Amino acid sequence: MAGYAVTLGGERHIFADLATLLACASPRRSGDELAGLAADSELRRVAARMALADLPLRTFLTEALVPYEDDEITRLIIDGHDAAAFDPVAHMTVGQLRDWLLSYEADTAALAALAPGLMPEMVAAVSKLMRNADLVAVAAKIQVVTAFRSTIGLPGRLSSRLQPNHPTDDPLGIAASTLDGLLFGVGDAVIGINPATDNVEACCTLLRMLDEVRGRFDIPSQSCVLTHVSNSIAAVEKGAPLDLVFQSVAGTEAANKGFGIDLAILAEAEQAALSLRRGTVGDNVMYFETGQGAALSADAHHGIDQQTVEVRAYAVARAFRPLLVNTVVGFIGPEYLFDAKQIIRAGLEDHFCGKLLGLPMGVDVCYTNHAEADQDDMDVLMLLLGNAGVNFLIGVPGADDVMLNYQSLSYHDVVGLRHLLGRKPAPEFEAWLMRMGLADASGKVPPLGGDAAPLRRLLAKGGA
Amino acid sequence: MADDIVSLDPFARFRAATRARIGLGRSGDSLPTAALLDFQLSHAKARDAVHGAVDWDALEQQMPRPAIRVKSAVPDRSTYLRRPDLGRRLDPASASGLVKGAWDVVLIVGDGLSAAAVQNWAVQVVWAVHMRLSGLSIAPLVLAEQARVALSDPIGAALGAKLAVMLIGERPGLSVADSLGIYMTYGPRSGRRDADRNCLSNIHAHGLSPAAAADKLVWLITQSLRRGLSGVGLKEETPSLQPGQGSTPGQISISSD
Repeated sequence: MAGYAVTLGGERHIFADLATLLACASPRRSGDELAGLAADSELRRVAARMALADLPLRTFLTEALVPYEDDEITRLIIDGHDAAAFDPVAHMTVGQLRDWLLSYEADTAALAALAPGLMPEMVAAVSKLMRNADLVAVAAKIQVVTAFRSTIGLPGRLSSRLQPNHPTDDPLGIAASTLDGLLFGVGDAVIGINPATDNVEACCTLLRMLDEVRGRFDIPSQSCVLTHVSNSIAAVEKGAPLDLVFQSVAGTEAANKGFGIDLAILAEAEQAALSLRRGTVGDNVMYFETGQGAALSADAHHGIDQQTVEVRAYAVARAFRPLLVNTVVGFIGPEYLFDAKQIIRAGLEDHFCGKLLGLPMGVDVCYTNHAEADQDDMDVLMLLLGNAGVNFLIGVPGADDVMLNYQSLSYHDVVGLRHLLGRKPAPEFEAWLMRMGLADASGKVPPLGGDAAPLRRLLAKGGA
Repeated sequence: MADDIVSLDPFARFRAATRARIGLGRSGDSLPTAALLDFQLSHAKARDAVHGAVDWDALEQQMPRPAIRVKSAVPDRSTYLRRPDLGRRLDPASASGLVKGAWDVVLIVGDGLSAAAVQNWAVQVVWAVHMRLSGLSIAPLVLAEQARVALSDPIGAALGAKLAVMLIGERPGLSVADSLGIYMTYGPRSGRRDADRNCLSNIHAHGLSPAAAADKLVWLITQSLRRGLSGVGLKEETPSLQPGQGSTPGQISISSD
């Protein structure tokens, strides 16, 4: 390959290939340092950004980071590229694309039309030239609307996943966390459990339990057990009431192999879920999670920096018309994202890149106890993402996931952010909250006082 | 009004079923002060467990047999968190202190991500295992500083042990900051993968007891030596593992290995 170079103050900085250029242009993060891919000085990092800014977008059409012959994700990206949609920006460099994305010309309609013309690597590249506020400003202009029993991503809305995990999948414990979240108006994106016991029978049991709770209160939302895609296919075959198929996905064929999946099994699962016809207002049946560092931890990153290979995972997601996609940004640990600065940056990048590619992007605003971060930092990321128009956030009781042993946002955070920014839940869910007496006439979900009739009604039925 | 809810606690009948922070009440849209501070206390304990140091001298004195002390290639805690690869490698000086023998089993205690877990549970587990193991040649105990799970590979290989067992502090959660895990590897050598190991996790006051952990471990050790393997092939036939104790939940795993 030709390589890329830039001269700064008489010093010539050379980048051997496109992957090196992208890696060196990335904001500093521990995962790229662990992989030996990061720029070794701040100067080299800026030099890489300058070279990247001058790179024609067309370069990405011909230079694959992972060879076409070796990787089905590369084939998916190249074969699925929409040249007509790309045409308006085809003459641009990466730096010019940044300027255009920020321009008034790039409005909601223009950005939606562009999405199929963008490749993940182009999107990753332009994100590396953007400041945090740029990532927020452009993402806020993008709308991605999906639906199943609720409609997610409409303007003025902020949805949420209710995550009632329990270390032994205890039904009463899960019900308690679920009801607690409903009282806060959380759960309009999905009520989704990470199962402690990961097999088909356990999955079917949890699906029946969630469906029973949803049916009893007539909740206009969807449930999901976050088990392996092969378990979901088996659960459909066994007649379990499955709304959404979940799967973790990554940006290379080899990393997906590490998850035990390929594109074919995802397609099979989508068809299985569609065959049940359980959606009432839409038929988006897939739920994907991603996260920077997954490919490196699977030793399947092909020398690509962790942010760029993450965006390739979004190409996998968008092939299956998902209802929900979220990055689990701070879950992976400090060897990939060391501290709050890196987690916040990565969360904004993932949200921006997913949205630009046309995905219904949410974020699990989260951290582990061995990362240099705390709940104050999650407040910052949550407020930024709220302003960026994130489709959904994840809430757990008191921000403490007692099964996965990490911290996400609390139900309080979700309701507080909605009220602060004037955002409402999905319209079907908002109407339900009003019917249940949980939301007031203005659509807010206030603390329950006095006799708290709605609360008692819900809890009395909930333990039955 | 919020006080009424807290004092009446409509969640009372659910609390025995979960340790989740349910029914916390609200101060406006935020947490009441007591709940806020309780969360911060739990987080502080978890942070201290990650960054704390094991008192290895005290630990060694309480063990049933003499110990060899080793270090990984990690110089300090900050590097430990950034460079799991170095935590899997022996520091050269430590490596030279390990003499090859013909052992069936070596028990290793590593600090991992929770000094508190090692401090609170390692001695009890090592004693309980020793009392249950008979007829096997057991290598000297190894105490390993700044250790990842896979540090048991070069240690086991250097000692010439058929089976390496690593007791190690697990990544602390808010509800439990001192959970100990055990990883068993047949034919330890650098390059072993997670699938080659068997894992017992959640050894703490509200989880698996040291005695119960020792029972399960001794069963695993016996089976592993008899069949000459560990990992996925062995785990599938383990009869008594409780949910969540035989594997790591969630599909994106946190690499503490």
